[in-house]
Amino acid sequence: MAPILEIRNLSVSFETSTGAFHAVKGIDLSVDRGEVLAIVGESGSGKSVAMLAVMGLLPDTATVTADVMSFAGRDLKTLSDSERRAIIGREITMIFQEPMASLNPCYTVGFQIEEVLRLHLGMTGRSARTRAVELLTAVGLPEPADKLRSYPHQLSGGQCQRVMIAMAIACNPTLLIADEPTTALDVTIQKQILDLLLSLQEEHGMALILITHDMGVVAETADRVVVQYQGRKMEEASVLNLFEAPQNPYTRALLSALPENATGRRLSTVRDYMDQSAGGAS
Amino acid sequence: MNGRDDDTPGQRATTAADGIGPGVESQQGVEPAHAEPSQARPDQAGRRPVEGAPVRNGPGPGGDIVLEGRGITRDYHVSGGFFGGRKTVHAVRGVDFSVARGKTLAIVGESGCGKSTLARIITLIDPPTTGTLLIEGRPVQISGGRPPRDLRSRVQIVFQNPHGSLNPRQKIGNVLMEPLELNTDLPAAERRDRARGMLEKVGLLPEHFDRYPHMFSGGQRQRIAIARALMVNPAILVLDEPVSALDLSVQAQVLNLLADLQKEFGLTYVFISHDLSVVRHIADDVMVMLRGEVVERGSRDAVFADPQHAYTRTLFAATPVTNLDAIRARVERKASRRRAMQEQVASR
Ligand SMILES: Nc1ncnc2c1ncn2[C@@H]1O[C@H](COP(=O)(O)OP(=O)(O)OP(=O)(O)O)[C@@H](O)[C@H]1O
Ligand SMILES: Nc1ncnc2c1ncn2[C@@H]1O[C@H](COP(=O)(O)OP(=O)(O)OP(=O)(O)O)[C@@H](O)[C@H]1O
Ligand SMILES: Nc1ncnc2c1ncn2[C@@H]1O[C@H](COP(=O)(O)OP(=O)(O)O)[C@@H](O)[C@H]1O
Ligand SMILES: [Mg+2]
Ligand SMILES: [Mg+2]
Ligand SMILES: [Mg+2]
Repeated sequence: MAPILEIRNLSVSFETSTGAFHAVKGIDLSVDRGEVLAIVGESGSGKSVAMLAVMGLLPDTATVTADVMSFAGRDLKTLSDSERRAIIGREITMIFQEPMASLNPCYTVGFQIEEVLRLHLGMTGRSARTRAVELLTAVGLPEPADKLRSYPHQLSGGQCQRVMIAMAIACNPTLLIADEPTTALDVTIQKQILDLLLSLQEEHGMALILITHDMGVVAETADRVVVQYQGRKMEEASVLNLFEAPQNPYTRALLSALPENATGRRLSTVRDYMDQSAGGAS
Repeated sequence: MNGRDDDTPGQRATTAADGIGPGVESQQGVEPAHAEPSQARPDQAGRRPVEGAPVRNGPGPGGDIVLEGRGITRDYHVSGGFFGGRKTVHAVRGVDFSVARGKTLAIVGESGCGKSTLARIITLIDPPTTGTLLIEGRPVQISGGRPPRDLRSRVQIVFQNPHGSLNPRQKIGNVLMEPLELNTDLPAAERRDRARGMLEKVGLLPEHFDRYPHMFSGGQRQRIAIARALMVNPAILVLDEPVSALDLSVQAQVLNLLADLQKEFGLTYVFISHDLSVVRHIADDVMVMLRGEVVERGSRDAVFADPQHAYTRTLFAATPVTNLDAIRARVERKASRRRAMQEQVASR
């Protein structure tokens, strides 16, 4: 079976005042229907940029190249605008990393959710309202009917994040890209959200790409894991292999930085680990 | 494989709703489960021996209290009763707390329980609806006007939403130098050097100096917000989810930096986080909030060793773990479900 999303040799560079900056350097990545792929790695390693390239949401200063970038057999690089609108936001949706900055501050939460339902499913009026309440209930927002009348600034960080999640799952996407979807949630609600995403994945065969820094979340949800560092893929492994026998030095260093592994008040960083490894030689 | 097919490691089954029910209704039994006797805290009603007077705790084991809240509440009035009327949201419902100089108070709790609301009150951005905030022993009232500038720079905040707190048209170098321009007489060259030094300390690069906020990753913006707050040498720093977007290594670098600064300058931190392993690492005291109220508090060791409130226990139980046996069991469960589905399809 062909993967639902296939990317080969994806590179992204940005024009900056100091010259071109290469944020993503030749990444291969694929995900199957019903699969959960986790992407972990250094802050700034190009995780979000790579996924925004798939969505076609990078700014004009970005140059994107790829040998293959296809979704369900369709070439994402050569889509017409109308084809793109039919896929992005409908079949492929994304939970953006910074929820409070991703909602429109000028419209109520209800308006923004109902807009998605209208645009992609043609739902309006009472049925859209009912579905919106249903979605907010599913993501665990208290008093969902009242929350529809709230503006984003009237919600907490985690409540905004859950609104974003509700919007992303509203149309039962084929592929959901979740960029750190639970950072603003306490662990009990995080659990509820992850269970929700996994149940969508089981029931509808949804593919899920989960960007996260939380190794516990990786351990409890992912099938396969990609590790990124400085724009490159360092390692790809099944979730069990990654934790049991990490191959790449960066992966080992990353895992050793878990706060549980701290010695006293000091936490080890990747650099400490690399210095140690190099220290043996000098 | 290892034959376990119970639904996940047994500790994570409950949800918030299961765990809390009765505990929330009866607040009496749950107040300071581990209140440290050494720290002179206000009692439950927020009473103090000498109301309103500067509080100077002796150099007792608790140290001197630099930050204190007594009976802090905050209501928001929103439209949205069912017939278009006004509704009151009680975001914070009578919270008492105190932090000694050079210590870290961690606040954890349910999403939406009022942590950020409290953070804005502590940092003099919003006034409390009722209650008293004391900074270095002096009650601070901001509803009548802006607090004095020196006080403002002594109390800094790192917002939960770094993107929203950065001006999109301001280069990062200027973001960092601006507080020095406003609050100090340092010459321009010195301001520039300090800003560059701070960039490096939070793991960013000199060439980032002239970039705009949208050119950074989420974790990079989070570090910019931390760097900005540290520029003016605050005495009290409130950090709202400051490391949630950082990989473990950069997170370690930032937490080490905060620990170094605390040790060197006696900084006092209020650290809001959903990550219990981070809290366990950095906190001296922990306060657990649920629906606007404190349901548990105590020293870090006491709270982690022996959580008293059902909600605290639910939180600990829901923390995801990287346990190999659990991963094996989960992978095997999913594989067998898939096999069953395929057989079902085949037999049709
Ligand atoms: N400006 C506002 N108007 C109305 N209600 C508000 C406003 N700001 C916050 N609230 C409500 O107050 C409650 C507490 O919000 P707060 O932002 O303090 O939560 P939090 O504990 O920081 O949550 P999170 O962990 O999700 O960030 C929430 O129910 C929120 O919806
Ligand atoms: N518009 C832009 N202009 C210039 N550089 C950018 C732009 N957007 C992102 N970058 C850079 O590209 C790199 C990759 O960013 P990206 O957002 O993908 O990081 P990330 O892996 O998601 O990191 P984090 O875990 O911190 O969110 C970063 O170094 C970032 O600074
Ligand atoms: N428009 C841009 N111009 C220059 N550099 C950029 C731009 N966008 C991102 N970068 C850089 O690319 C790198 C990867 O960022 P990103 O993919 O956002 O990282 P993360 O892995 O943290 O999500 C970072 O070093 C970032 O500074
Ligand atoms: Mg990112
Ligand atoms: Mg908050
Ligand atoms: Mg986390």
